[in-house]
Amino acid sequence: MSDSMPQPAADERLKTESFGARLMKRPELGAIAGVILVTIFFLVTADPAMFTLSGVINFMTPAAQLGILAIGAAMLMIGGEFDLSIGSMVAFAGLFFGAATVTFGLPLIVAIPATFLFAALVGSLNGFIVIRSGLPSFIVTLAFLFILRGLSLVGLKLATGGSTQLRGVRDAVEGDPLASFFSGDAFGGVFAWLAERGLVETFRNGAPKVPGIPVEIIWFVIIAALATWVLLRTPVGNWIFAAGGDANAATNSGVPVRKVKVGLFMVTASCAALVAIITVMDAGSTDARRGFMKEFEAIIAAVIGGCLLTGGYGSAIGAFFGAIIFGMVVIGLTYTDFDQDWFQVFLGGMLLLAVLFNNAIRKRVTGER
Amino acid sequence: MTEDSKFHHGDPAATVAPIVEMKNIEKHFGNIIALAGVSFEVRPGECHCLLGDNGAGKSTFIKTMSGVHRPTKGEILFEGRHMNFASPRDAMEAGIATVFQDLAMIPLMSVTRNFFMGREPTKGSGPFKRMDVERMNAVTMEEMRRMGIALRAPDQAVGTLSGGERQTVAIARAVYFGAKVLILDEPTSALGVRQTSNVLATIDKVRKQGVGVVFISHNVRHALAVGDRFTVLNRGKTLGTARRGEITPEELQDLMAGGQELAQLEGSLGGTV
Repeated sequence: MSDSMPQPAADERLKTESFGARLMKRPELGAIAGVILVTIFFLVTADPAMFTLSGVINFMTPAAQLGILAIGAAMLMIGGEFDLSIGSMVAFAGLFFGAATVTFGLPLIVAIPATFLFAALVGSLNGFIVIRSGLPSFIVTLAFLFILRGLSLVGLKLATGGSTQLRGVRDAVEGDPLASFFSGDAFGGVFAWLAERGLVETFRNGAPKVPGIPVEIIWFVIIAALATWVLLRTPVGNWIFAAGGDANAATNSGVPVRKVKVGLFMVTASCAALVAIITVMDAGSTDARRGFMKEFEAIIAAVIGGCLLTGGYGSAIGAFFGAIIFGMVVIGLTYTDFDQDWFQVFLGGMLLLAVLFNNAIRKRVTGER
Repeated sequence: MTEDSKFHHGDPAATVAPIVEMKNIEKHFGNIIALAGVSFEVRPGECHCLLGDNGAGKSTFIKTMSGVHRPTKGEILFEGRHMNFASPRDAMEAGIATVFQDLAMIPLMSVTRNFFMGREPTKGSGPFKRMDVERMNAVTMEEMRRMGIALRAPDQAVGTLSGGERQTVAIARAVYFGAKVLILDEPTSALGVRQTSNVLATIDKVRKQGVGVVFISHNVRHALAVGDRFTVLNRGKTLGTARRGEITPEELQDLMAGGQELAQLEGSLGGTV
């Protein structure tokens, strides 16, 4: 067949792409550039203590908690939907987990899977309503933002007899073999060993200043790597991009769009449950304000990470760096002389910049003029 | 255009059995008779053009053929056997692929990801099952090269391709996944001259691979450029099928428009239509 027609020569109207232009097409570029800018900013203005090991752990911990949510939100956004209920889901799953461990005294091996299952069920309910009704997920999950927050308040009062805080989680999970996977620090031995040899900073008594890496950071890295692998290297990843890019075209090509979307809602809810379990175990208590406004922060981190609001484009790595920018700014401002409330101004400004930037990128990628 | 001699016209011998035969297809939507007995067949390696003006029933007819609609009356034979497609998926699995005007392409995704959308090859097993990205890229580059399109890179976004190139990707995809019959719904309607001839060249290549092509158009010149046979629909009925060389462009044009009125129009427009 190829013999009948002359082979096409390279199109003379195509300029060879420079390395820079190719870099521009990576969705996570904006977030990485942002991390570099923010780092430079704090190197100049902040106390040098911010970039010591303990300083880095300090800002990576909130970044990780937000990042786990942001990666879930990013995958869902790539799949073309929003979930505004994840912040409330953190409180709701926290209540479920707190009640399971404290009120019912379940061991973690039962309580943790039950919490994930419960969250995934609520997530799939979100998904089913969106798919069945054809309504924008924005509205459906906005409803659940209030429903779940309200249920958390009511449920907590029922469980505690009038308080909006449920204490005693730490005592309930004390000594449970699973506890070390969801709370405290990992690699404590390594840090102790490093401290003995004087390789990390220590307190006067010889104990390392950083006793280990908080588990949420480990989870954060694992989830980012897993999400990236799924998106870039598996058929499901292709279906997620396709479902978000054009659900109709994807369906016509045999992509199970509905299953993909419901699955993604379950993933975001499960991410919220993971954050709930980690933070509740860390604090030893759960309260109804847990996860407040986190849905917006997670979506902002995903957008800074290159996700388009219209779906079909973005990356988990981008959301990873978007969340780190967040952590750096929230914590970093305390190392500077600036008023901490600049944080909100920064947040809004960063979001606006990211959206403008992403818009320009999309036009480049699609060759839209 | 001097397209007459541009493409090779295979003469699909009348002895070759048709892949798809549609006999006296009727389709009613409530009290509207969209198709009132249409017969049509396509043989391997031929390009059978289905012509008709807007509203003639072309879309309804191909949707019946591709499993979107079920005929009210009439029968469909696929490779000699009776077929009753319940869904487009059924028809696709049997080997009838349709490239609709929206192409089922996602502009933000790369050519490779579009090419294999919904049918990704995998390697590895269990939790390590992953897309065979190297193979996907290699196949995409090769198939596109065969169709005469030099991609910059397999990860080039479909949005950066021209309309004709996108059409070609869609056709190449259908053929690669084993289409025996390829239905093209007005593939040239929104294209410029150069892109149109590229798409027509692609149709020619596909036909030479032994695929039966159903080319829907209302442009007589595009149809005559590649068609082996021509069937004209008008008001839900077949006006007849002509072989290449048996009919002039003017006759085809007249048939499509229902003759009379167009003859008058043509007079006033100085023969430009």
